[in-house]
Amino acid sequence: MTLTHAEPAPSGKPPAGHPHVGVTSTFVGMPKFPDAARIELANTTQRRNLAHATGIIRDKRASVVGELDNWEELRLAAEAIKNRTLRHLDDYLVQFEENATKAGAVVHWARDAEEANRIVVDLVRETGSDEVVKVKSMATQEIELNEALQAAGIDAWETDLAELIVQLGDDWPSHILVPAIHRNRSEVREIFLRRMKDVGRPAPEDLTDDPRRLAEAARLHLREKFLRAKVGISGANFAVADTGSLVVVESEGNGRMCLTLPETLISVVGIEKVLPSWADLEVFLQVLPRSSTGERENPYTSIWTGVTPGDGPQNAHIILLDNNRTNVLADEVGRAALRCIRCSACLNVCPVYERAGGHAYGSVYPGPIGAILTPQLRGTSSKVDQSLPYASSLCGACFDVCPVRIDIPELLVHLRTRVVDEHRGGRPTAEAAAFKAMAWMFGSHRRLEAAQKAATTSNRFFGRRKTIGAIPGPLAGWSSARDIPVPPAESFRDWWKRERGEQEPRS
Amino acid sequence: MSAREEILDRVRSALADVESSDVTETPIDWSYGRPVDTGDLRLVDRFAERVADYRAIVERVPAGELGATVAAALAEVDGPVVADPTVRGRLGVDLNWRDDDGLSAADLDSVAAVVTTAAVGIANTGTIVLDHGVGQERRAASLVPDVHVCIVDAEQVVSDVPEAVARLMSQGSSVRPQTWISGPSATSDIELDRVEGVHGPRTLHVIIVG
Amino acid sequence: MRVALFATCFNDTMWPNTPKSTVLLLERLGVEVEFPFEQTCCGQMFTNTGYAEEAIPGVRQFVDVFGDYDAVVAPSGSCVGSVRHQHGAIADRAGDRALRSAVDALVPKVYELSEFLVDVLGVTDVGAYFPHRVTYHPTCHSLRMLRVGDKPLTLLRNVKGIELVELNGADQCCGFGGTFAMKNSDVSVAMGSDKSANVKETGAEVLVAGDNSCLAHIGGLLTRERAGVRMMHLAEILASTEKEPA
Repeated sequence: MTLTHAEPAPSGKPPAGHPHVGVTSTFVGMPKFPDAARIELANTTQRRNLAHATGIIRDKRASVVGELDNWEELRLAAEAIKNRTLRHLDDYLVQFEENATKAGAVVHWARDAEEANRIVVDLVRETGSDEVVKVKSMATQEIELNEALQAAGIDAWETDLAELIVQLGDDWPSHILVPAIHRNRSEVREIFLRRMKDVGRPAPEDLTDDPRRLAEAARLHLREKFLRAKVGISGANFAVADTGSLVVVESEGNGRMCLTLPETLISVVGIEKVLPSWADLEVFLQVLPRSSTGERENPYTSIWTGVTPGDGPQNAHIILLDNNRTNVLADEVGRAALRCIRCSACLNVCPVYERAGGHAYGSVYPGPIGAILTPQLRGTSSKVDQSLPYASSLCGACFDVCPVRIDIPELLVHLRTRVVDEHRGGRPTAEAAAFKAMAWMFGSHRRLEAAQKAATTSNRFFGRRKTIGAIPGPLAGWSSARDIPVPPAESFRDWWKRERGEQEPRS
Repeated sequence: MSAREEILDRVRSALADVESSDVTETPIDWSYGRPVDTGDLRLVDRFAERVADYRAIVERVPAGELGATVAAALAEVDGPVVADPTVRGRLGVDLNWRDDDGLSAADLDSVAAVVTTAAVGIANTGTIVLDHGVGQERRAASLVPDVHVCIVDAEQVVSDVPEAVARLMSQGSSVRPQTWISGPSATSDIELDRVEGVHGPRTLHVIIVG
Repeated sequence: MRVALFATCFNDTMWPNTPKSTVLLLERLGVEVEFPFEQTCCGQMFTNTGYAEEAIPGVRQFVDVFGDYDAVVAPSGSCVGSVRHQHGAIADRAGDRALRSAVDALVPKVYELSEFLVDVLGVTDVGAYFPHRVTYHPTCHSLRMLRVGDKPLTLLRNVKGIELVELNGADQCCGFGGTFAMKNSDVSVAMGSDKSANVKETGAEVLVAGDNSCLAHIGGLLTRERAGVRMMHLAEILASTEKEPA
């Protein structure tokens, strides 16, 4: 039984359910952000859901962060630990591999999504199983592992409640932590009633839209899958170099089910997930839950090291995934994005995300972190990836909440510069030509004054009006909804000259 | 070239700007393992308050009352209860005990409750840490049954996460499987409305001894 | 102390009353202000849109024009933010070490108006008079790039006659964001609508901020619907007196 199609999708073609939004060679390019956002803005249910949900989580985060006297010190420590990891990543990866192997895990390395998927498919086939249970994992979303498993005839069951909603709805995640944040309770009820029966235990016929009942339906639906699963697939929040341990942070217990009941566990771990030492967990197990769910600690954290006889999976595989992370690492400024611990605090405070929603970002990584991570991972050759660094007003709220102090506004500007620089040399765009002309105008105060003269002269055409309404031309985007101020009759410097006279600069 | 060699090569060439191979060239200004203030409540009271804040059941009893308290906690439970011999011996009460002698997942699903001890309790976050040593069962046993009764000795409670991590390392727990539990299983995936009780035990009952 | 006014190109051209008020206010407080005519633009709009190369001449010019002063004051959090946080990187891009050290030497002397008043002059009551109902929008760059904190509010609270009302969601971005307002005009307008709804809810007659660009965006939405709220720069309110009310 496959989930999204009666027939496996022919390879190379996007699945019918949702577009390719991962970081893979099959990515075909989504509409650029402004176009996608325009459509999403009209989704009033999503607007309401997002405003409600991000409002709650912002308050929760602020309250638990406010409890700590040393929050800034923790952020600085988290930043420094991640910087140390990244600057010596080769050492730490080798150390991690050695310790995990010693503890009984098998470590694999994957250059890209395709290689990682191939390794997973082969490992699952070796077990003889045709299904896997999955812990929520951004890395496996990024490599589109579910699609690869499906193409190989293996059912992948998402077990996080939100991921289940997304999977059953043939949808794609719109938030890093709460992937179905764009759905409300009645939509969830409808999806459960319609789809659960196709893939396992049906939803109860009298299901209501009470979140308690919906969670109960998910519990019953997934229970049989957990109890029979032979293979679990996870990501990891942290990989500890000096012990070879992996850490998964979660709330529902679905993670614990996947990590402990199956005989085989396959963990797909981005190479940037490494922490130097087990002691570093004292920093990250404080900053992550407070930043992400707004809790002092999340309900469950699982930590395991290789294989423990008699307890949990006896076959443990770890796939260390590059998938363009080394390209990000090579950019000394852009590298900071690899500190990200996927807490999603930046999404929750972002005014752009709150209104446009996650799908407008055309990637499994939405919001401010997505706007800097996706174009670095996928490159900036597609329209959507060129538009992502511009999907921000640079308000800076994201940096303030980031537990690893990624200066997202700075990185956005850095990537905008990259996009502009990549277009240099050819025929300039209208925008590039306009900026060149402006740079020329600002190059001398005489030229600026001439331009000001043109503006202030136009003042007389407007009579006593103070603002101008909608006009065509380059200001159409502005003026469609916003009045334009009428230029003043006199520039400031003309006033100064008139009142104070020309003043020679002192040497 | 193997994927391993190729990735490590890529990493090394990406880090051409890093001149020293000594990791301390990136300083970390943090002193590890420090105790943290528990505010206006003492250690164990803070722990009890924070565990209760997650809507877990919390009781504090003298050692002599432990057995009776556990028996009372499980009075409503209908079905077998898993606990290892050391725990049973300590409790000294007669319940519908069941040995976990490698129970299958389906067998565990028919177990009504589990009683374990813990490795560490964390006051400020209301967390219990299991390292699945003696008395704590393997991981699945404290997961599949719907009720988890956890016994924490007062002297196991530390102030906050840093002290907990330090103690776990000194106890040799850092290379053992660990489960950190902060309240019962929960989800906020539907409209950020918190619902307790999804896949893990829906009832978490913490009994602090001493 | 030689003090220069950096009017900023937008204010100079579109909102001359703001630098004018800044001059009158500073003179009232006994500060002699100079206006070097060679100044044009800090280059923020270039930098923030990705045109770092085009921003280089502006950084050179800024250093040339203002390098010799003891203090540079600008009635714009955003432009000061750009000087403080971006000019160094632009100098690095130019590969010009002398320029970088000139930038580093100048940056600590560049102040946003409220910083200059409170931190340099040590004044929180500027003797202003403005008998109107006013609400204050802390612009993102003042709030999060410069960390001016409550300096503007402290200055406003000491204005005689003012009725200061709190703005809901004050710390949320209005949606201006420079070229963001054009490139992502739909999202920008959606953000601005929420901001202007909050402004209207206060019943204020005047919305005050430290950046005219944000005010042009919020004001553009409010005047389109004839909401009856006036946009004023902080400098204009602080310059207002009983003798010469704004």
